[in-house]
Amino acid sequence: MRLTWWFRKNLIRIYMVLGFTYLFVPVAYTFAFSFNNGGKSNLVWKGFTLGNWQNPCGAPDVCLALGNSIRVGLISTVAATFLGTLIAFALGRHQFKGRSTTNTLIFLPMATPEVVLGASLLAMFLNLGINPGFWPVVIAHVMFCISFVVVTVKARIASLDPRLEQAAMDLYANEFETFRKVTLPLVAPGIAGAALLAFSLSFDDFIITNFNSGTLTTFPKFVYVASARGIPAQANVIGSAMFFLALFIVIAGQLVNKRKAR
Amino acid sequence: MAFLHAAGSKVSSLKEKRSLLPYLLLAPGIIWLFTFFVLPIANLARTSTQTPTANGDTGSYEQTYRFANYIDAFLENKEQFSRSFIYAFLATVLALAIAYPLAYGIAFKSGKYKNLLLVLVVAPFFTSFLLRTIAWKQILGEEGPVIAILRGIHIIGDNTSLTASAFAVVTGMTYNFLPFMTLPLYASLERIDPRTMEAAGDLYANAFTTFRKVTVPLSMPGVVAGTLLTFIPAAGDYVNAAILGNPNTKMLGNVIESRFFKIVDYPTAAALSFTLMAAILILVTIYIRKAGTEELV
Repeated sequence: MRLTWWFRKNLIRIYMVLGFTYLFVPVAYTFAFSFNNGGKSNLVWKGFTLGNWQNPCGAPDVCLALGNSIRVGLISTVAATFLGTLIAFALGRHQFKGRSTTNTLIFLPMATPEVVLGASLLAMFLNLGINPGFWPVVIAHVMFCISFVVVTVKARIASLDPRLEQAAMDLYANEFETFRKVTLPLVAPGIAGAALLAFSLSFDDFIITNFNSGTLTTFPKFVYVASARGIPAQANVIGSAMFFLALFIVIAGQLVNKRKAR
Repeated sequence: MAFLHAAGSKVSSLKEKRSLLPYLLLAPGIIWLFTFFVLPIANLARTSTQTPTANGDTGSYEQTYRFANYIDAFLENKEQFSRSFIYAFLATVLALAIAYPLAYGIAFKSGKYKNLLLVLVVAPFFTSFLLRTIAWKQILGEEGPVIAILRGIHIIGDNTSLTASAFAVVTGMTYNFLPFMTLPLYASLERIDPRTMEAAGDLYANAFTTFRKVTVPLSMPGVVAGTLLTFIPAAGDYVNAAILGNPNTKMLGNVIESRFFKIVDYPTAAALSFTLMAAILILVTIYIRKAGTEELV
């Protein structure tokens, strides 16, 4: 009886432990196999080594692909965050005709399967005689990141207390000063969050990139192509390092927020 | 309060005077979306009714408005078509079953660890999506732990394997789209005022009735957003089927990809893309109407 009682009381906790296990087993696998001394094929455990971490660029082309991904990610993030933030301000702070059309245009790219986005862009580039490669990939990434930036920044703008801006105006700040000294600092965390989201979407994108990249190899594309003949353990090193880096950024961001709140 | 209203009307009158400003803010981004989203889709529609040119060069097509392309493409690939929707449906239902208790636990049962647990839900997705999918291939593979356990307790025979199967594809899809389900669910559960649940208890509802009649209805916006964010990418996915599946688990995405790259049959690829998008949009519209939520974006 007591056992069933304990079980019922902790059902949700047991479930959560199982859920998190499901979430983390593949990550643990990726991390564990970054220490595998498996040579070119990394599917079977062959012994422990630190070599892959000491020499993450040891496998040919893996760092080249990583560099391409970072370059594409940074350029797309800056452009998409800028364009998306402007749209978010228009939607969050202004009344204008064509509002619902704009909302639909923002929503549609998110509701379109990636394979359609990728295929349609490539078909257009080919028709125009533009070769797939670095810039077509950047253009595509900016396109699908804009919507996510708009949604993230708009949510932040909507959560602001409009009385703060009114107070600034009452204190004789003009519209531009109010925006620069009150609105923008308050929205900034939302913009930072949107930029992080855009970078991670761009960095991890495979389907749209695969259609528009031509001979350019990004990190996900490298992994996909390599998966047919065995992925070098260095790819696992980079995947795990990205995991810890992102975790560090998110936790540091939360700690900074907490300190500010105090 | 009166002066606040006055200030408010001052702000809005200023905005009305400069009615051009919102359009200036919108223009760059909207032009980008129009050029690189709307135009390509329109171009795709044009391509979908083309036929091969008479001289027979591979990859060269001319416009003949052959709408039968759609029928041919559909009939040729109806298996992959239905498979896409069945797999996406299964993955969505499984992800909902896994994510709902998880989001519920984080929102109501985790106290001061709430933020940490929320970070942990998203954290796995900082490891590359492809590396995680390949990790599933190892976990479910011949040398992996799952097959050893299942064989040990005689649930599956020695000759049955788990990889290269529909089971592996759906497992991978469920896993890959799980955060898209968990986050909206958490957001709507977290917004529920706990006093509404207490009130239900005060009115003699037991825990299950409270959950069914109060918590679930109030979390519906999260359920709708989460299922859409899972179903849409799942229906168009081809990576899970390519890595974890076999030739009999190919989805529409795989067909579109190979039509494009291996066979350079652009009209069929375009017709299939269009059919997939239309089918998804129709399903989504019906679903949103039925679920009665429009606050999605």
